[in-house]
Amino acid sequence: MPSPSSSKPAKPLHALRERLRLGRGTVAVVPLLWLGLFFGLPFLIIARISLSEVVIGLPPYSDLLSWAEDGMLQLRLNFANFMLLWQDSLYLDAFINSLRVAATATLICLLIGYPMALGITRVRESLRVPLLMLVILPFWTSFLIRIYAWIGILKGNGLINNLLLGLGLIDEPLALLHTDFAVYLGIVYAYLPFMVLPLYATLSRMDHSLLEAAADLGCRPLSAFWRVTVPLSLPGIVAGSLLVFVPAVGEFVVPDLLGGPDSLMIGKVLWTEFFNNRDWPVATAVAVALLALLVVPVLLFERFREKEQDA
Amino acid sequence: MMRRPSLVFSLLAFGYAFLYAPIVSLIVYSFNESRLVTVWAGFSTKWYTSLLQNEQLLGAAWVSLRIAVMNATLAVVLGTLAGTALVRFGRFRGRSALALMVGAPLVMPDVILGLASLLLFVAMEQLIGWPAGRGMTTITIAHVTFSMAYVAVIVQSRLVRLDPSLEEAAMDLGARPWKVFFVITLPLIAPALAAGWLLAFTLSLDDLVIASFTSGPGASTLPMVVYSSVRLGVSPEINALASIMVGLVTLGIVIAGVIMQRRAADAR
Amino acid sequence: MAGPRPQLGAWQDPSAAPLVEIRNVTKTFGEHYAVDDVSLAIYPGEFFSLLGASGCGKTTLLRMLAGFEKPDKGSVLIGGEDVTAVPPYSRPVNMMFQSYALFPHLSVADNIAFGLRQDRVPRAEVNERVAEMLRLVRLDGYARRKPDQLSGGQRQRVALARALVKQPKLLLLDEPLGALDRKLREHTQFELVNLQERLGITFVMVTHDQEEAMTMSTRMAVMNEGRIRQIGTPAEIYEYPSNRFVAGFIGAVNQFEGRVTEQLDEGLTVHCESAGTDLRVHAQHEVAPGTPVAVVVRPEKVRIFAEQPPPCDNGLSGKVEEIAYLGDVSIYHVRVAGGVLIEAQLTNRARRAAAPLTWGDQAWVCWNADDAVALLE
Repeated sequence: MPSPSSSKPAKPLHALRERLRLGRGTVAVVPLLWLGLFFGLPFLIIARISLSEVVIGLPPYSDLLSWAEDGMLQLRLNFANFMLLWQDSLYLDAFINSLRVAATATLICLLIGYPMALGITRVRESLRVPLLMLVILPFWTSFLIRIYAWIGILKGNGLINNLLLGLGLIDEPLALLHTDFAVYLGIVYAYLPFMVLPLYATLSRMDHSLLEAAADLGCRPLSAFWRVTVPLSLPGIVAGSLLVFVPAVGEFVVPDLLGGPDSLMIGKVLWTEFFNNRDWPVATAVAVALLALLVVPVLLFERFREKEQDA
Repeated sequence: MMRRPSLVFSLLAFGYAFLYAPIVSLIVYSFNESRLVTVWAGFSTKWYTSLLQNEQLLGAAWVSLRIAVMNATLAVVLGTLAGTALVRFGRFRGRSALALMVGAPLVMPDVILGLASLLLFVAMEQLIGWPAGRGMTTITIAHVTFSMAYVAVIVQSRLVRLDPSLEEAAMDLGARPWKVFFVITLPLIAPALAAGWLLAFTLSLDDLVIASFTSGPGASTLPMVVYSSVRLGVSPEINALASIMVGLVTLGIVIAGVIMQRRAADAR
Repeated sequence: MAGPRPQLGAWQDPSAAPLVEIRNVTKTFGEHYAVDDVSLAIYPGEFFSLLGASGCGKTTLLRMLAGFEKPDKGSVLIGGEDVTAVPPYSRPVNMMFQSYALFPHLSVADNIAFGLRQDRVPRAEVNERVAEMLRLVRLDGYARRKPDQLSGGQRQRVALARALVKQPKLLLLDEPLGALDRKLREHTQFELVNLQERLGITFVMVTHDQEEAMTMSTRMAVMNEGRIRQIGTPAEIYEYPSNRFVAGFIGAVNQFEGRVTEQLDEGLTVHCESAGTDLRVHAQHEVAPGTPVAVVVRPEKVRIFAEQPPPCDNGLSGKVEEIAYLGDVSIYHVRVAGGVLIEAQLTNRARRAAAPLTWGDQAWVCWNADDAVALLE
């Protein structure tokens, strides 16, 4: 019987290679084009609008390029929007406050999330997946509604105040809603799963015999935790912290629903400038500044992901 | 730490209580007769009835569902292409650009993504007249742009764990590259694709900020309607809605779990 | 170990046309030369092994035959046809992967049928040939199983069946026995060799295990740092290594560096400082006096005595430093006057017959000039 594979004639080579290249090309080009158009390009537009003046009309911003009277093409860059950000304490305060809230919330997430992730790695194997699912499940329900739930709990005649009043611990309702406390609570609550999952991923990959080796070498459990477990879970700590910190800096829903008039966060400022004041140039300037602030952590996150991928 | 597992476990219990207390309170109060959260006035399902008569919420839910399905489907296609290119093609021109654009939306604040998409749509409309106005199409495009990144990451991590000699073996046995992808790669990463689809679906259904930026008149999504009603205060109808959502998600996860366990049992 | 095969090899027949020809092939990965100007001819019916440590380029060479890697320079011919740029799916070659690469979502039968289905073989014939392959690898009852329901040895046989069912001209095996435990591996070695002889398909195998290569191959190529260091039958390579690398890589060896002092008809005399004496070696080529060479001799060719033996070509004396009992043989390390350690092997039957030697004893070692080789490279 003739070999079926040998009876197949070799195709003309260049045509074949062309086809391969075409196939491979489409695979990479389609997502590249989509992301370039709908994700990359907009940032150029943001940069452009942030350098223009607000005008009445649609779109409500001036052109950067215009024809001057002598026929020369004129480029008018307007840095006033950025000057405003620097001079008006509202924006600067909002930036600093966002960073502070995000950093604190990240730390609290880490403090709650680490023991949770560690706890899940220590239970019976059959319980791990269900416990992990329970961490993820709230994430699948609406973010907005989960934040909304806290309004009912925190407000003046809400659950906590009713409980405390009923127990006679306080005489009049505590102001819990519309405070910075509520904002911290909301962010920690909303982003906790993003901390637990990467932590669990690194902790569960850790070889348990490392702790036994540490113990064998005379290391007490607590010091083994600090010297072995924590350093080895560092990748998870970094990933989790960035996944919480970066989106939290620009968070809008939580400060809007749970925060008070003073709990200024930059995401909310951007929203207000855009929807209420309709000042697109200032809104985009805020966005540019926010991006500049996040470039370092985002790149850090990227490098980290690449490294994980190689590992 | 190991000597005192009780400490870890009490912290674990605290974490779960923290995660679930608000959700449980929502569900409990969705059955409250009174409009006030403060007072328990007896069991009632009237808020579910009135929810089902709320044309605005139902309409918005329908809009959201259609966007979410479109988005999830497109995001799976694009995200799979991106993830495959990143893992399987070695170095090619545009790789680092693709990697950056796949990673960045994962951590980019919603307000920036929303603002960026809107400004693009405005500029495009000015230049080429498309998209004319904003609505479901623009929301879907903006959603696909960020949710395909999540799909790409899921596909990437699955492909990295996939033995490349499986694809080589198929090719060695005479299958051409596209055929290898459809006959070998795709079936093997199917669970990842399903997970990616569900994630993209949920992200879209859940999004308020990006939708608010990129939506136009007549295309209000469910979160947008919920948001405007929530800003006015606690509403038992929203509690009912939340309970239904939690119920559906739980049901979905339980079913998925049962299916997965069956599969595992079959494989034994 | 199976001895060298009795039949005359095709490589010795000047009229035979090679099945595989690798011509001046070079492949780099970045700065690193994975394969460096390699030429090689493999003849129909051979069981050819590429032997070397990991990273020596053997796997890259095999993957070039399969079509997964394209050489930077040079060409690959199969059956006289240049296939350098032919993609894997159009080559008359099949491969058995180190990981077996069985498709986990397909049953055993579907795995084996996969290649036939790509060629649109009629269904009835597919079924027939799959059944035939299942019989051949003794997995008749396992057609419906999934790969994860099989043992390691069964998976290995499915992988073999899947690669053989298309009746390729050439079967490539990448460490085919690497994942099996020792006992099963030895058994499977013979099975593979028998199968190859029965089917008459040319096998090219990559392995890092020299014993495996020696047992199974008709010929083998020893590779190091992207180059082929020697090609030959297992016996040739073992008995007559052509350079220091091959001598040291295959089996244990005593090696003495020295210079040629004179060439007589029957051999060379080599002055070796480390041995503390002149050594006599059988000469294959003419070597000018003063040339630096290495004299190598296998431990099993070195005889050891407790008393001064009758004179022989090379006789040295020293002290026993180490004795290792390996069951079938014992190994003695003797430190001689020049300072070098000489390894001698004694079968334990001979050991019992000879006078007992123990640590610190004075001992004499000697070997024939014909049993040693002088290496220039």
